[in-house]
Amino acid sequence: MRFLITLRMALRALSRNTMRSILTALGIIIGVAAVIAMVSIGNGAKAQVQAAIASMGDNLVLIGPGNQSQGGGVRGGQGAATTLTIADADSIVSNYETSSTPEDNSVIAVSPYVTGRAQVLGNGLNWNTSVYGVGPDFPAIRSWRVSDGVFFDEPEVTASAKVAVVGKTIIDNLFPDADPASVIGQSIRIFSQGGGGNNGGGAGGTGGGTPFRIIGIMSPKGFNSTQDQDDVIYIPYTSHMKRISRRTNINQIYVQAKDEDSVEKVKADTNDLLTQRHSGNVDFTVQDQADITAARTASTDAMTYLLGAIAGVSLLVGGIGIMNIMLVSVTERTREIGIRLALGAHGSDVLTQFLIEAIALSSLGGMVGVALGIGGSVALGNYKGWPVEPSTAAMVIAVGFSAAVGVFFGYYPARKAAQLDPIEALRYE
Amino acid sequence: MPPVVKIQDIHKIYDSGEVPVHAVRGVSLEIHQREFLALMGASGSGKSTLMNMLGCLDRPTRGSYLLDGIDVSGLEKNELADIRNKKLGFVFQGFNLLARTTALENVELPCLYGKQRMTSKKMRERAMHCLDIVGLSNRADHMPNQLSGGQQQRVAIARALVNEPQLLLADEPTGNLDSKTSIEVMGVFQKLNEQGITIVMVTHELDVARYCKRYLILRDGVVVRDEATQDRSIAETELAKLKEAETAAKLLAAGSNAA
Repeated sequence: MRFLITLRMALRALSRNTMRSILTALGIIIGVAAVIAMVSIGNGAKAQVQAAIASMGDNLVLIGPGNQSQGGGVRGGQGAATTLTIADADSIVSNYETSSTPEDNSVIAVSPYVTGRAQVLGNGLNWNTSVYGVGPDFPAIRSWRVSDGVFFDEPEVTASAKVAVVGKTIIDNLFPDADPASVIGQSIRIFSQGGGGNNGGGAGGTGGGTPFRIIGIMSPKGFNSTQDQDDVIYIPYTSHMKRISRRTNINQIYVQAKDEDSVEKVKADTNDLLTQRHSGNVDFTVQDQADITAARTASTDAMTYLLGAIAGVSLLVGGIGIMNIMLVSVTERTREIGIRLALGAHGSDVLTQFLIEAIALSSLGGMVGVALGIGGSVALGNYKGWPVEPSTAAMVIAVGFSAAVGVFFGYYPARKAAQLDPIEALRYE
Repeated sequence: MPPVVKIQDIHKIYDSGEVPVHAVRGVSLEIHQREFLALMGASGSGKSTLMNMLGCLDRPTRGSYLLDGIDVSGLEKNELADIRNKKLGFVFQGFNLLARTTALENVELPCLYGKQRMTSKKMRERAMHCLDIVGLSNRADHMPNQLSGGQQQRVAIARALVNEPQLLLADEPTGNLDSKTSIEVMGVFQKLNEQGITIVMVTHELDVARYCKRYLILRDGVVVRDEATQDRSIAETELAKLKEAETAAKLLAAGSNAA
C-alpha cells in the first residue's frame, strides 16, 4: 500500500510540470518508437519473404552451383560456376531408388532446372520471356498445376520433344482475347538468346527459331513481390539443353523430400553424393527452404540490428536527459525533502520516492514510444504498401528496457536527495 | 513523572571551518509535561542549535539528551527519524507545507512515514481530527495557496499533532504573520497547552514570549536566565483588547469626518 501512495506522489510530482516531463521523456519516446517501428517493418519484410519461399512448395531441397559458404539463392546460376549436370540429377534419383526400401524412400521427386531467356513468336506477336527447362515432376514439386491441358511426361523428356507449357501472361500477350482451350495445340517459335552455359553463351541465336507446341497452360500465380510468375514457358530440360541453350550443364536441381523430417537426411545424403561425384570438390550448394529464407533475410536482419543499436544509443541519451532533470528537480525540492526528513522520512524513503519518479517517467515514455512506433509503422506500411508485423516480444523488451534506464539514470539523483541533511535542506531558499 | 526533556551539559561544536564554532556551551535543562517554554536570544546565541538538538535533527557533540526517558544523544540517523516521527511535532516560521497538496494530505504526511502501517481510512480520520482541533476541518481539501498565512500555520500545527507527539517544537511560528493573526495562532498554542501538550517555542519577540509560561534566554551558548513569565498574556484577552481598539479607532475616524 505504501508503494501505491509513493506511486501516486510520483505521478503527481511529474504532472506538476507536464511540459518538462514530456520533453524529458522525449528521448526515450523517440528511441523506443524507432526501435519498435524498425522491428515491425523488418519483421513484416521477413514474413513476406518467408511466405514467398514457403509457397514454392513443400519439403524442398535445392541444389545449386557455387561455393557452399556463399549461400546461393533460388535464382542462382548467375555467373561463373556451372558445375551441375544431368548425371548429377540422375544420380540422386538412382541413389534413392536403389539404396532404400520404398517405405524408406525419402525422396519423392527430382527435377533438373535450366534457365534462360528467349524471344518468342506466336500468333504473329512477339514476346520476350523466361524459358525454363524442367522435368515432368516439376508441377508436383512446386505444387503448381496446369489449369488447362497437360504437363509433359517422361517419354517426352527422353525424346527432347518440342512441347511447351506456358504461363498466363504468355497467353495474354501472344493470344489475347483467346479462349484458353483454343490455345492448346498452337505453335510458337522460341528463339534462343543465350542461356548462360558453357556453350555459346551470349551469342543470341537468330535463325528461324525452334517451333514448340503448346500442350498446357500453368494456373495463374500472380506477382511475387517484384516478379510476374506467370511470365514463363516450361519445356523439357532435354529440349532446352539441346535446342535452346545448347549446354551440357544445368542450373539447379529441385528435390522434393517425402516429409518435413526427411529434409535433413536428403540434404546430408545429397551433399555426400555430389561431393563424391565431384571428386571432393564442393562446388555446389544444397539448401532447404529454411536455408534460403535465412540467406535472403540475412541482410535485413543485419540492417535491423544496426538500426536497433542506433536507436539504443538514443535511449541512452534519453536516460542522461532524465538524470539531468532529476538532478534539477532534487535541487528545486530541497526544502520539500528537508520537510519530509524532519517529519520522519528515512533516507531510503526519499530515495524510493525519487527513484520511482524517474522510473515512472521512463516507463511512461517507453509505453508512449511503443504506441507511436506501432502506429507509425502501421501508417507507413499502409501508405507505402509495406507489410508490417509488430513483435510483442520487442514491445515488452522496449518497455522493460525503458524502466531499466529509469532505474539506472535515476539512482544517482535519488541518492543525492536521500543524503541531504535535514537542517541544511530546511534552510535552503 | 519523568521529564519530557532532560538535557545534561550539552555541547555543540562545529568543526567544519578554520576555527571551530562552539555554538552551545554546556546547557542543562529539564522540561516537564504541560510546560510552555519560550527560548529566546539574539542571533548567534545558540538558540537555533539548541532547538535543532531538541528536535533530534542534530546530535550533541557532548552531553546527554533524554527525550521521554530515551537517550537520543547516540542514536543513528534512521532511529532519530523514527523518534522525530513518533515523539515530536514541528512548526516552522515558513509553514513548510507541501505545495499543490491538499491540507488534509499535508496533515497526513507524518502518518506515511510512521513505522506502523495505517490504513488510509485511519490516516484520514486522524488528520481530520487534528484539523478539527485547529478549526480548519472545512478547508481540508484546500491547497496551501488557497489559504491565508494564519490558516497555513494552523494546518502546519495540525500536521505536527497528527502522530500525538510528546513535544511540540515551534521555530518563530508567528514570524511571517501579521499581529492579529499572530495572536490567533498563539491562542491555538495556548489552547493546545491547556489540553496537555508540552510546547517549546523559539522566538526573539518579547510580545510573543509573554504568551508562554516560562522563558529561557540564551547568550553565547549558555542559559543566562530561566524564569516563569510574569503577567502572562492570554490570547482571548488580547484579541478582545484589539477589537476594542479597532472599534474605537473607527468611531474616532467617523467622528472626525463628521466634524
